[in-house]
Amino acid sequence: MISIKNLQAKVEGKDILRGINLEVKPGEVHAIMGPNGSGKSTLANVLAGHESYEVTGGEVIFEGKQLLEMDPDERAREGIFLAFQYPVEIPGISNATFLKTAINEIRKHHGQEELTAKEFLALIREKAKILGMDDSLISRAVNVGFSGGEKKRNEIFQLLMLNPKLALLDETDSGLDIDALKIVSEGVNKFKSKDNAVILVTHYQRLLDYIVPDFVHVLYKGRIIKSGTKELALELEEKGYDWIKNEVLETA
Amino acid sequence: MSKTEIQNIKDWYASQFSEYESKLNGQTKTFLHDLRKDALSKLNEMNFPTLKDEEWRYTNVSPILKHNFVHPLSVEKVEYTKEEISKYIFSGFDSHLVVIINGIFSEELSDIKNLPDGVVIGSLDKISRENPELIKNHFGKNIKLKNAFNFLNAAYSNDGLVLYVPNNKVLEKPIQVLYLNGNDNAEVLSVPRSFIYIGKSAEASVIANYRGMGKNPYLSNVINEFVIEQNAHLNYYKVQNESQNAYHIDLTDGYQNRDSVFNHLSLSFGGLIVRNDLASLLDDENIQTHYYGLYVGQQNQHIDNYTFVDHAKPNCESNELYKGILDDKARGVFTGRILVRQDAQKTNAYQSNKAVLLSEKTQVDTKPQLEIFADDVKCSHGAAIGRLDDVAYFYIRSRGVPEAIAKSMLIKAYASDVLDNVTIEEFKEQLNHMIFESLHRVEVE
Ligand SMILES: Nc1ncnc2c1ncn2[C@@H]1O[C@H](COP(=O)(O)OP(=O)(O)OP(=O)(O)O)[C@@H](O)[C@H]1O
Ligand SMILES: [Mg+2]
Repeated sequence: MISIKNLQAKVEGKDILRGINLEVKPGEVHAIMGPNGSGKSTLANVLAGHESYEVTGGEVIFEGKQLLEMDPDERAREGIFLAFQYPVEIPGISNATFLKTAINEIRKHHGQEELTAKEFLALIREKAKILGMDDSLISRAVNVGFSGGEKKRNEIFQLLMLNPKLALLDETDSGLDIDALKIVSEGVNKFKSKDNAVILVTHYQRLLDYIVPDFVHVLYKGRIIKSGTKELALELEEKGYDWIKNEVLETA
Repeated sequence: MSKTEIQNIKDWYASQFSEYESKLNGQTKTFLHDLRKDALSKLNEMNFPTLKDEEWRYTNVSPILKHNFVHPLSVEKVEYTKEEISKYIFSGFDSHLVVIINGIFSEELSDIKNLPDGVVIGSLDKISRENPELIKNHFGKNIKLKNAFNFLNAAYSNDGLVLYVPNNKVLEKPIQVLYLNGNDNAEVLSVPRSFIYIGKSAEASVIANYRGMGKNPYLSNVINEFVIEQNAHLNYYKVQNESQNAYHIDLTDGYQNRDSVFNHLSLSFGGLIVRNDLASLLDDENIQTHYYGLYVGQQNQHIDNYTFVDHAKPNCESNELYKGILDDKARGVFTGRILVRQDAQKTNAYQSNKAVLLSEKTQVDTKPQLEIFADDVKCSHGAAIGRLDDVAYFYIRSRGVPEAIAKSMLIKAYASDVLDNVTIEEFKEQLNHMIFESLHRVEVE
């Protein structure tokens, strides 16, 4: 699915990613954990094509193509989706217009017909139901007046609507109460299939009870310093990050 | 612009007056004609504004003064059919239609039906001859003519809209006034003068829709005067979409009585040089005044908005939001003057003006001007000039939406807090369409 090799990136002259290597196969869920400021969001943003981040080295092959050469919208049409840590409000643009435009651009890119109004509506109903969202939300402006939790849920709603190949979830669980967390996780689990993959960034083991990762990676100072299976997340929850930092220092 | 050029243009308008007068026929016997002659002599005594005038320091009007515009009465009249003008009219909702061509009210093209008792929608010319008592006591008394353009209008205007809503009457349908300007045979001077009176506890909505036609430049130089009596409401939407080579100068000024509400929404799309002067005198208590503005400029357009809220009495509120969208080499100017007089305790006055620059070559000059002489007031103002929101741009594109559509979405998002004040949904959609049309960008819903 995606193969990240020695990826390095800068923001405002500062090196943030300092050689990331990661291989994700179809059907897999990878969790990325790590202390604040370690570069998790940066990695997600670089993969999605945010232009404030300057890639200074390495390469990323996504479904056989050079990802880093594409514009953000092209990446999305190729199948990358980023659920934002801080979703953005867009007054004046309804969720319906926003999603319809996005879906049809993606479909056109793949040589598919645009959805009819009826098909689109049916799709909305189906996906909104999974997330327990009210249909009326669809006529409201994108994220405007949504609570923090509603915004996160709306990100997952968009994920289900756009049905990408690779979902990058940046702290979709932060700030959610347990009920909302269950709903959002349920949405992600519905999305998961043997043909797509999920990279999720989180600080909390709790999410991983609901979305079970195949691999857990620890990102620290722009590098993946430890990888393991879901047991690693439990260990991190219990012991924090210091023991790994020390381990790294010892081997260095 | 040299002194002689200014003198020349003044001489031009002075020399035209007797010919104009000769075409007025019965109109010279009305009270309006005394006002005209008075305005003409004032015009002779004053100069057109220059960059040296503080209120005009960012707006150079000299290109306007290089034209010898002629009054439409001196030009062969062009007739239009209802069909020809229909494309300029906002549709999809019920309205009374008034059509004013080059400043002259057209009975044939207007369509006014089933008015509540006592409500008058008519031509200034006709009313000044047939029923002057209706407006005489108020007309011209609530407006401060400020500059030579205003006096030029006052001297040369022979028609315009009169809207008179008596006490307690509510006009359900908005009045749509199409000011259609331009003439293929001449460079015309369009000088409509309109007067709006909203009686006690009465209510009305007006859409003033300025459109250009033909290839020739013209000067659309308008005056709108309003009186909003106690507890009355006036919603006034101005949509200015003059020809791209035309000039538009507007003075809208009036008086608000106790407990009244005035909502003014100004949308500017057209015109090469545009200057809007908007003022209200809040001369009693518990008055609300809302000014919303959106100006969209491209190519070489120059759009100058000058607003003035005069708080004269306590316990009133004014709220102002102006936003600009500028592309190419367009230039915007905003001055927001708020005067809170000594008597005007407990005033709330808010002002915000913003502009978004879509190209490197645009320019905006803004100047808040708060003059506060009362001590117990809440006033604030803010200005923000910048580019489209990067984060939102990335967010939209990260969903697969291509650049051009993503930008249009951001433009719509930017304009939305101004346009949200348009309560007629179909009208709002057409305004949205005009934004994209004038910026030559893909439209988004
Ligand atoms: N746009 C930006 N401008 C300047 N600095 C940035 C920007 N984005 C990230 N950084 C810096 O890069 C570093 C990594 O930030 P990043 O947001 O990737 O961390 P994170 O691991 O996601 O942290 P958190 O767990 O707090 O979300 C931090 O030092 C941050 O301050
Ligand atoms: Mg982060």
